[in-house]
Parts: sequence; C-alpha cells; structure tokens
Amino acid sequence: MRFLFKTDYEDDIRLFPHSGYVVSYGSLFAVLLVAPYVLSSYLMSQLVFVCIYATVGVALLILTGFTGQASLGHAAFLAIGAYTAVYLQQFNVPFPVYFLAAGLLTGVIGALVGFPALRLQGIYLVIATISFAFIVEEILARWESVTNGNEGMRVKALSLFGTAVSRDSPAFYFLCLAVLVLTIVGTLNLLRSPTGRAFVAIRDSETAARSMGVNVALYKVKSFAISAAITGFAGVLFAHKLSFISPEMFTLQLSIEFIIVILIGGTFSLHGAVLGAIFIVMIDPFLTYLKDDMPGIIAGVAATLGAGKERAAHIQDGIAAFASLNGLKGAIYGVIIVLFVLFEPLGLYGRWLKIKLFFQLFPLYKRATFKRQKIYVKSERNR
Amino acid sequence: MSYFRAENLSLRFGGLKAVDAVSFAVEKGEILSIIGPNGAGKSSIFNLISRIYRPTSGRIFFEDQDITEEPPYDIARLGIARTFQNIELFENATVLSNLLVGRHRHSTTQLWQELLFLPSVRANEKVHRRRVEQVIEFLDLEAYRDKPISGLPYGVRKVIELARALCSEPKLILLDEPSSGLNVEETDDMSFWIRDMRRELGVTVLMVEHDMSLVNRVSDRVIALNYGRVLAMGSPAEVQQHPDVVAAYLGA
Amino acid sequence: MLDFVQQLVSGVALGCVYGLIALGFVLVYKATEVVNFAQGDLMMLGGFFAFTFIGMLGLNYWVGFAGAVAAMAAFGMLAERIVVRPILGYPQFSIIMATIGLGYFLRSVAGMIWGTDDFKIETPFSQGVLRLGSLVLAYDKLSVIAATIILCALLYLFFNKTTLGTAMRASSENMLAAYYMGIPVKRVVSIVWAISAAVATCAGVLLAPITFIHSNVGLVLGLKAFPAAVLGGFGSIPGAVVGGVLIGVIESMAGFYLPEGWKDVAPYLVLLAVLLLKPEGLFGLHVRKKV
Repeated sequence: MRFLFKTDYEDDIRLFPHSGYVVSYGSLFAVLLVAPYVLSSYLMSQLVFVCIYATVGVALLILTGFTGQASLGHAAFLAIGAYTAVYLQQFNVPFPVYFLAAGLLTGVIGALVGFPALRLQGIYLVIATISFAFIVEEILARWESVTNGNEGMRVKALSLFGTAVSRDSPAFYFLCLAVLVLTIVGTLNLLRSPTGRAFVAIRDSETAARSMGVNVALYKVKSFAISAAITGFAGVLFAHKLSFISPEMFTLQLSIEFIIVILIGGTFSLHGAVLGAIFIVMIDPFLTYLKDDMPGIIAGVAATLGAGKERAAHIQDGIAAFASLNGLKGAIYGVIIVLFVLFEPLGLYGRWLKIKLFFQLFPLYKRATFKRQKIYVKSERNR
Repeated sequence: MSYFRAENLSLRFGGLKAVDAVSFAVEKGEILSIIGPNGAGKSSIFNLISRIYRPTSGRIFFEDQDITEEPPYDIARLGIARTFQNIELFENATVLSNLLVGRHRHSTTQLWQELLFLPSVRANEKVHRRRVEQVIEFLDLEAYRDKPISGLPYGVRKVIELARALCSEPKLILLDEPSSGLNVEETDDMSFWIRDMRRELGVTVLMVEHDMSLVNRVSDRVIALNYGRVLAMGSPAEVQQHPDVVAAYLGA
Repeated sequence: MLDFVQQLVSGVALGCVYGLIALGFVLVYKATEVVNFAQGDLMMLGGFFAFTFIGMLGLNYWVGFAGAVAAMAAFGMLAERIVVRPILGYPQFSIIMATIGLGYFLRSVAGMIWGTDDFKIETPFSQGVLRLGSLVLAYDKLSVIAATIILCALLYLFFNKTTLGTAMRASSENMLAAYYMGIPVKRVVSIVWAISAAVATCAGVLLAPITFIHSNVGLVLGLKAFPAAVLGGFGSIPGAVVGGVLIGVIESMAGFYLPEGWKDVAPYLVLLAVLLLKPEGLFGLHVRKKV
C-alpha cells in the first residue's frame, strides 16, 4: 500500500495525486492512440460509440451523480445537439462553428429545463424530464421544415479545415476521444473548485448548502446547463457517426441506456461513466458473438465430452435458436440492471476498487469495508 | 443601534403561533443564549433568521440593514453562519470538502475559469485551504481531514458542523443546540471553543441550548421563551430565577 | 355535442385504464416509497395470462379473469421477493433502476413466449352498444368505467376499514416504527405488491376489448399512467384515478379537436404545466423537511 507524504496543499489539488497515476493513465492513453491502427474496423466503430456514450455518461454524472438531479431526458439533449448540427450543416457552416453552436444551444435549453425543475424533486423530476423528452421527440417529428420529420435527415461528412473526415477514419475517432478527454478534464476541474463542491453540497443537503451561501437554484440551473451542453456536443458526434438521424433514434430507451451507463459504471466517480459506456456498447458485439460462435463452441465442447455427433448438432441448433431469439438483448439488459443494483451497487468502478483494496491489504481485507448502509424506509414525503 | 435586531418577529403555522411577537437585540461580541422548553419556538427563530421560514410579520436587522427579505443564500454572504440541531452535513463528501463548502461565500471565480482551472482558481483554492486548515487546527480536527462524513461519530460531526460554519468567517454565528448528543467532556470542549471563538475570531454568538451548565458558563445574556413568547431576558442567573421561567420548566 | 360526449366517454374509459395502472404505482409507492417502473409491464403480463387462459385454453371469461388475477398476484409477490426486498431502504434511484430492469426483462420474455404480434381477448363486453337517444356508447368502454369504480371502492374500504390496510398505511409512513409496533412489515410489502399486480391485471384484461395486447403495451400505457399518478400527486389513491381520467380525456379530446401530433404530447404538456404550478401534483401533500 502506498503512503503519500504530503508537503503542500497542491498535493490535494492536483489531478494525478502520485506518479502511479501518471504511469497508468499514460499507458492507457498510449494504447488508445495506437488502437485505430491495430483493431478491426468494427471494433473501432464500437470504440467511437464508447467515447460518445462516455461523454454523455460524464454529462449525466454531473447532473445525477454529483448534483443529485435525476434525468431521464438526456436523449432529448442529444437530439437537440445532433439536429442543430445537421441543420446548420445545410448552410455550409464550418464544423467548429456548428459544433460550438450545438453545445451552446443545448446548454441554453438545458438551463431552460432547469428552471422549472427547480421546484421538483425525486420522482416528480424524473417524470418532468421524461415529459420534456417526449415533447422534444414529437417536435422533431412534426417540425418538418427544419427537421424533415420522420423522414429523418442525412448527415454530410464531417469536414475539418478543408479536409473531409470520414466517420470511420482514425481522425474521427481521435476527435471523439479528444472531446471525451476534454470533457473529463473539465469536469475534474469543476469538481475541485467551488462550483463542483456546491453541486455535491446540493445533492447531500439543500438546506445546509443554502445556509452556507450556495444559491441552490442558480447552481441547479448551472448543473443542468453544463450537463445539457456536454450532451449536445456528444450529439454532434453521434449524428456524424450515424450519418443519418431521425426522431425515433432519440427515445426514452436511449435515455434509459444513458442512465444504465452510469449505474453500471458507478455513480460516484467519472471512471464509472467510461466503464459503463464500454459495457453498454460492447454488449452488442458480445451478443453477436454469442449468436455466431457460441453454439459451435459449446457443441464442440459437448462433442469432446463424449456426446454423439447428432447430439452435438442438436445442442448447437438449440443454443443458436436461443441466441437468436427476438428480444434476448432486452432480457439480458434487464437481468444485468437488476443484478447490478442488487449485488454491485457501486458499479464496475466500485468492483475495481474492491479488487485493488483486496490486494493492497492482503490478507487483511474485510468484506464489510464497502458494505452499504441499509436504512429503514422513512417516508420521503417528510423530507 | 444594536448589531443584530429582531423586531416583533412572528411565525404562524395555520392557527399555531410558533413565534409570537419576539423582539430582542444582540450586541457586537456578545454571547446570547435562547433557552426554553421543547416547542417554545427556539429553532423557529433560527429558521426565521436564516430565512428557511418566512416570518408572518416582524423585521430582522443585521448591521443596520434590513435582512427580512434577503434570499436565504445571501444571509450567509452577509456573514451569518449557522449550525443545525440534527446535523446537516454533506454525508458523502470528505470532511475537507465539507469545510471548503463553508468557504463558498468567499469564492469569486467564474464558471469558465473553473472549467479550465486557471492559475487564479488554483491560487484561490490555496487561500481557501489555508483558512480551512486554520479552522481545523482551532477545533482539533486534524485526524479527520480526509475521512468521509458517513462513518464519523456523532460528536465529531457536531464539531465539523461548527467548523464548517467558522470556515465562512462569520460575523454572527447561530448555534442550534451545540451540546445536544455530546458527552460531558465534549460539552466542556464546546464551551471552551465558543468562548475562544469570540475572543480569538471576534465572532458574535447567538445560541439555542438546553444544557444549563453550558449556558451558564458561556452566556453574557439569556432569553427565555415559552409558547413562542419571551418570558424573561437578562443575565443567566436572573433569568433562571425568574418566576415565569421556573413555572415554565416545572410545568406549573 | 354528441361527438363531445362520445369523445368524453371514450376518454374516460381510456383514462380509467391509465388510472388503474396509476393505482398500482400509488399502492406500491404508498406502502414502500418504491416507484415501480415495471407496473405497466405487470399489466401487460396480466393481459397475456388472461389471453392464455381465455384465448388459448378456452376457459370461461370470468374464470380466466380470476385465474389471471390470482396468477399475477402470486407473480407480484415473487417479483417483490426477488427484486425489491433485498434493496428496500437503499436510495430511491437504485430501486427505480431495479424496477426498470424488471420491466425490460418482462417485456423481452413476454415477447419470447407470446411473440410480438397483437392479441385480442374475446369478452362479454366486446360487442354491443348502449343506445341513449341518438347517443351510442359501447359496452366495452362502459365496462371499464364500471370496473374501475368498483375496484376503487373496494380499495378504499380495504385501506380505511381493515387492519391490514391500516398496517400498510402505517408502514408507509415509517417502516421502522411500524416494525416496532408489531406490524409484519415484510409480509405487508409482499401483499401490497400482490394487490398492485392484481389491480394491474384487471387493467390489462379490461383493456383488452379496447386495445390489443402486445409485449410493448405495458411500456406505452405505463408511460401514460405515470403522468396520471404524478398529476394526482403520487400517493393519493383517488388522485391516481382522477389523474388517469384527466389524462385520458385530454388525450382523446386533443386527438379529436387538435391537429395530428397533439394527441401524444398534450398529456405531457398538461403534466408539465401542473407541475410548474403545483410541484406536488393536484392532490399531493406539501411537507417540508424539519431542521
């Protein structure tokens, strides 16, 4: 176990508390830099989605994880970012301009949503954000002069400084990665300054935050605006990656997916957003793998274990039939969510911390270290 | 004019008069205690001052400024900090970040500067940290600096709440039952800190308290309340011998 | 005028279904402070059970109805035992996510078992109309309204007149205190889930003549029932039904009198407007934290 000898207040402020962080994040960064030249194009494509989902995950963490304001409407913010970009693209607005414009507009709309949300709490806020998302979806479908309605809009290829950047090129991946890294750094900066602390204060006790001079309303609106703006930026990238957008891509389902990202990753740390994004995006290739290769492998195993040829073929067919069942993805989603809530409330990042601590303290690790506090339900209506 | 003044303060919940035409004044550098049986309206007065409740009638003045209509977060900016009866800490944050929230009223940086963590933000952070460290030293909290609040014992939390209030460098501090839930030793510590607070930091103290020994040790003056009305006002000894106060406590 | 009444009745009928699902939300919420996002899917499952009993096994409508309700009540208890009980008392957000997960699971599994087609259940009310002068009202709609009224009355009596109902209200206020007073909190919670699943099933079966049953019906209707519950102030049983009826009427009026597209949005617009003016819904209680 490492003991830090702190000699300066700076030691508590810096992003990398000690050299170990520099080494591990440096090597991770190096891997990410060479990834496009090593991985298959399919996996690269998934990696781009990981970046986009993680960006949205960070945005959602700011709002839900740190400020404590639940939102099931982030798909709408993503949609606003995407549509703004595609709309401006028609007028030959250069990428940097419409990228910023999309973020800015989404941020403003986020703030506007934040104002009415000030008076709402818990479940009422969840419902209000769902309603907002529905209304946005319907507007996108009906405002045909701008959004082309349910027909959807084709997204022109991204052009940066005069050169076209294909959505499958390494350059586009680096762009997404850069946006993600900048988002993370910006968020970390925020968290170590007064605004971030005010967010956390609001999450834990609005009354106390107020009595310490935090303008709760202002900071909630700020949190909404920042979260929405980041999601708007991600929306631009999302539109480019898909090269076609239509209203039915931005449904409640997508908002729930974003929530799952932070839930599975862990709601208390930015690592969670990234891990959760990896998980959610990689579930598709995993299922494809399950569908294509798993039956053969299991049949092979069965054959070597002495099952007859006919038997093995039967097993293979059975598993293939199961794996290609309609809606298997949904069922797996459901089971994963429930299992995470039940057994891994701190998410993947929490699991990582537990494993790390286990080796650091070996053989003194106590299971109770991360045990969550159970409280008896007291009516929230009296809060 | 007095440093802090409440004039004819009233608060009604429906037909119930929680606070009924209460007037009092606090002089600069004074330690004033409010005592009274349960439900006498002591905490309600605090909640009126920190604007959690809106008074039905009456005015509140601080440094000759009418603060009755100020929004709650501005009360702290004017230099009035408070603690809570049942502890309102930021449970899932470390002691250090709790105390840094106490510095909130002194933060001057803009959002965009914070996003980039410009040198000015960094410099400000260090100033905040230095102040917080002074408070940590003042209240002997060194051992808990990096601990999360959840998991700390009650007595320590009570001190941390006091520390958070002190971090905002208040001119007037409102202590809502500082000794409730503390053992004898911790109460002793508390009484020293309250006196030191005035002597070393020049803070004026308004305190709601049940423990008469603490009240006697630290207060310059005492106000006794019952059913939202002022029964008596004066030195601790005077108030305790006042026949109405005795009657209120003995339930006669 | 005739159109208006016709729209009003079908709006009220649809609203009653919303109200019944919302009632399920409210029951569970009142007893455990859990917002059950899978309520709509319980309704869907109830509908499928009824379809299996009546449509596939050819049982009598009433027998099939009762069978579905009983089966779903048991299923509700099971879901509570497996998914909700282990996390009771943890932050609301976790529980909401768990029920969302349950909903996903139920939808997909229903899709696997019964397929993704639409199903219709034949009921005694499917045909026939009530004629009042020139006003024509379909029995299926009237049956929904009547059933809702009966169910509400039963629930009202249950909660206010029986010991078990009182115990449920007590444990919703403060579980620990209820536990100390000798109320078997766990069993109470289980029963609440059973009741709420049973109510959802009633909604599913009653809905059958009006709409088809398919695996996503729970999601679609659940998302309408939600605004209904919130509109009514989440935690108020009459509020849920009134909220449901309001949403149903708004939807059917908007569909008839306003241009296309408003039908789906109108309930949410109304909901947002109500929340802006009354953040606790129409019948909610405003209680603030004591410090």
